[in-house]
Amino acid sequence: MGQGFVSRGFHGRRQQQQSTLTNRIPPGQYLERGFPVLSAGPTPHTPLAAWDFTIEGAVNQPKRWTWEEFRALPHEDITVDIHCVTKWSKLDTRWEGVSIDTLLQQVAPTTEARYVIAFSDGGYTTNLPLDEMRGGQAWVVYAYEGQPLAPEHGGPARLLVPHLYFWKSAKWVRGLQLVEQDEPGFWETLGYNNHGDPWKEERYQGD
Amino acid sequence: MERRALPGRLGERLVWQLGDVLATREETPRAKSITLAVPNWRGHRAGQHVDIRLTAEDGYQAERSYSIASPPVEAPHITLTVERLDDGEVSPYLVDELRVGDKLELRGPIGGYFVWEANSGGPLLLVAGGSGIVPLMAMIRQRAAVGSNAPTRLLYSSRTFEEIIYREELEQLVTNSGSTGLEVKHTLTRAQPVGWTGYHRRIDGEMLREVAWPLEERPLSFICGPTPFVETAAASLVGLGYEPARIKTERFGPTGESGASGASGASAVPGGHDGE
Repeated sequence: MGQGFVSRGFHGRRQQQQSTLTNRIPPGQYLERGFPVLSAGPTPHTPLAAWDFTIEGAVNQPKRWTWEEFRALPHEDITVDIHCVTKWSKLDTRWEGVSIDTLLQQVAPTTEARYVIAFSDGGYTTNLPLDEMRGGQAWVVYAYEGQPLAPEHGGPARLLVPHLYFWKSAKWVRGLQLVEQDEPGFWETLGYNNHGDPWKEERYQGD
Repeated sequence: MERRALPGRLGERLVWQLGDVLATREETPRAKSITLAVPNWRGHRAGQHVDIRLTAEDGYQAERSYSIASPPVEAPHITLTVERLDDGEVSPYLVDELRVGDKLELRGPIGGYFVWEANSGGPLLLVAGGSGIVPLMAMIRQRAAVGSNAPTRLLYSSRTFEEIIYREELEQLVTNSGSTGLEVKHTLTRAQPVGWTGYHRRIDGEMLREVAWPLEERPLSFICGPTPFVETAAASLVGLGYEPARIKTERFGPTGESGASGASGASAVPGGHDGE
């Protein structure tokens, strides 16, 4: 339904009609210059002394890093476009953090590991295919635009998986559990798509 | 009514549908309510939202999310309340152009967390900043419609008296609820009419302490408004000892926005929706 439907009197602002932007903004998204905040509950404030990051589950060497240990890992600067399921996209965001490849090297996933459950302070979880977190596709980031990541944006550290809708980039992330069977996370059990590819507009269940 | 299958959990695709605009109503100089008949509406829960898609003659499209203001009992009619953002693309069309007899393309309901149902229990603490009242109003209306006696308090921050959305209806609901029920406290942050006896400052921890339910009653809280407003309110409740897991939030707009009402230049989702 709705094919061919025209909204009487709607002309639009065409902010995205420049061709350079069109191929960077997925369908149904618009360009946002601010940085909206979207969270389901209060912002957690975990002191760095109490923070750690764990990788467990289908790995040969489960590992836990303290904040100092994590910050001593090889890190990189990342500039990527991000896309939120609430329709905004933000281009050329600059982050600093540790590649998931670097972390996985240290824990040696088993050959059966297929999926990742990211878990966060506050109880948030999200699920991702392991293959989509490898090969320079995902990071744990702790700085945004040259500044420590603010708590409301997920600080001290959040996941960054820019090729999927941004709810997959879990704020306040504290670890990854590698599993053999997929297991829907928080939003994935509340009506949102299990995968979340913005270029396929995988917003909600069944998309 | 309460035993209906839960919308949004079934895994079937949310299809785009056309709703007929049955009525519009000016709530404030900036906010308008739009009532739609949606023939195949699958039902919703109070607090959920819809995606709206506008299409220009050349095929250009724009999509945004808006909270549903009407209670589930009114299905298959739904009402959205939209606040005009002056530099927005969709909200000026909905507030200024759309009229009775037009059709509007939508899909939903969306969002399965920021929802209240009669069996969610209480007491309820609702905290609204500006147009953040919209999803909370669906809860207040549903509560009245199904005869729930969950004790409910609303703390509602607006810039001015004229910008209070649903002011008269809220007064009426308070009167009708008698002693069992609904209490509404307003704060006006920018200007107050002569003789105003409500709060007249931005929301803060002291205000929340005065309004909040005692901890031992295990209140359930819903907070919706601009990001700094929600951060303040949620952090204050956590500071008072409220369980974080029983504080549900919807934020809109970017960080660092000033003002306690819902119209930011760069605001993402008027009416609120959380998805990040």
